[in-house]
Amino acid sequence: MSGEIWIIGDLDEERLRPSSAGVATLARQVADVGGLGVEGIVLGARPAGAAAELAAYVPHVLSVSIGPDDGYLSPTALARALADLVHERGPRYVVVAATPGGKELAGALSASTGWGVLGNAVDIGWDDGPIVHTLVFRDDTRVRSAFTSGHGIVTVQPNITSPIALDAPGLVETLAVADARTGARVRRLELVRGDAPPSVESARVIVAGGAGVGSAEAWTVVEQLAEALHGAVGSSRPPVDRHWVPYSQQVGQTGKTVRPDLYVALGISGEVQHRVGMRMARTVVSVNSDPAAPIGGFADLVAVGDLHEIVPAIIERIRRAEGGAA
Amino acid sequence: MHIVVLAKAVPNTTGVERFEPDRSLDRVAAEPILNPNDEYALELALRLAEIDPGIMITMLTMGPETSWPGLTKGLAVGAQAGVLVSDPALAGACALSTARVLAAALDGMEYDLVLAGSDTSDGKAGVIGAAVAALLDIPFITHAGELTLRDGAVEGRRTRDDGYEVLAAPLPALVTVTQEVGEMRYPTLRGIMGSRSRMPVALSLDDIGLSAADVGGAVATTLVVDVDPPAPRPPARVVSGDAAEVADEVVRFLVDRRFIP
Repeated sequence: MSGEIWIIGDLDEERLRPSSAGVATLARQVADVGGLGVEGIVLGARPAGAAAELAAYVPHVLSVSIGPDDGYLSPTALARALADLVHERGPRYVVVAATPGGKELAGALSASTGWGVLGNAVDIGWDDGPIVHTLVFRDDTRVRSAFTSGHGIVTVQPNITSPIALDAPGLVETLAVADARTGARVRRLELVRGDAPPSVESARVIVAGGAGVGSAEAWTVVEQLAEALHGAVGSSRPPVDRHWVPYSQQVGQTGKTVRPDLYVALGISGEVQHRVGMRMARTVVSVNSDPAAPIGGFADLVAVGDLHEIVPAIIERIRRAEGGAA
Repeated sequence: MHIVVLAKAVPNTTGVERFEPDRSLDRVAAEPILNPNDEYALELALRLAEIDPGIMITMLTMGPETSWPGLTKGLAVGAQAGVLVSDPALAGACALSTARVLAAALDGMEYDLVLAGSDTSDGKAGVIGAAVAALLDIPFITHAGELTLRDGAVEGRRTRDDGYEVLAAPLPALVTVTQEVGEMRYPTLRGIMGSRSRMPVALSLDDIGLSAADVGGAVATTLVVDVDPPAPRPPARVVSGDAAEVADEVVRFLVDRRFIP
């Protein structure tokens, strides 16, 4: 009975996405409390590398290679292969990161197994089954939900658990299954990858700008402070809509959910749509000309004034201190 | 060509929400709006219909009676038809039930392309699109920012953190979209007047061939155990005045919290 709880590795091409390590750690802890076995599942055209990565966190990993080794596997193909495995091997619960790929898999698997799905968990407890914690409304209300049968699928918000590797890596079992692409019908015509800007999802420090930054030219002040604090650049929605910064950096309801130690908000009013993406930040500093901006309601420090005067002065002081220390 | 846009009425996140004693959402207190991501899906459908005037757009919603205003808004901006699946048995429906209801309603319609928001602002799980596509056994593309119809297929541009990918699926297919599509247009006075003759249609579970034994609260796969109200947060320290002094205060705060040396 090695695998009653399955943790599905979420892959970026052939690599394991970093978020899967934290999700695996949480699933392992839940399995310990519930007295169940945990097993990692990695599905792909070439799963071996990612399976080895996941085995750092899970004592047993099933590395499932699907069909001919020729690249793109649609989510439908992955979900079908996973559903077949679920039917054959009979796990009780499936856990996956709440990334775009993880959500696709969870939805399609729910449809083919008839199991319930609870999305965007921020924690998982145990009471004769997983108790899944999610945040609703302004993300300030915590809801605990359970499955009504002994089966279910949970997607877990990336970054809510720090990864803890096992003392010794787990065993990897390999399995080849038939091509699930037949009938899956989605093809990839193009893949364009550039240098990804530092990810806001894994950043310890985020400096984010909002409409109050003013213009594309003025946006450099956000980047400079991020650089001075060794952090990633984040954004509320308006700068993304105005093309000052790519969508990948957007924090909020329709963007990323982040959990940094420090979140510096420059010219961000703090509407609920933004707040839900950054409410888990440990420390929040706001620089805003409007002392009544809603962000004051959930910040630790509010600096009131013109960010174009205050922020360069902060950068200068940080650089001076670092120069003095060097 | 027929496009069906899946649209959900969600509580306005800036409104007042509360839970009932039975832990269900008080949907009367929560003023409903059209889910923002579903509005982008409708906007995308409207743009496709501008390119091909032969495209018909139907909005499909599952929800209580308070979902009507969202449907009438959709008709006012240019959808030709609206369908609301509403049934007392659906109170407390889980995500899988919702997907089953939408799939059953779609089964009773003609459709070439199903569009939906990549997630809803209330549930946020983002699993309904893939679940509906899997139930209908049609291909799906999620998180598309752009869409092109070409030779009986749909091509979606899906954003990645480090770039993008273009995926193609033969029709019929389901595509979920993101805010990259852009805001939905406002209804014009002419659109509002013109839509008055097209009332949304209400369907019960029986109308789509399902019953309370198949979907809804009685057979929900998940249930809410309990709810914690928000915890109050201590008020922020506020510094204002001369920019140099404010900068000094911010730097001192960052040093105290050990974010900088």
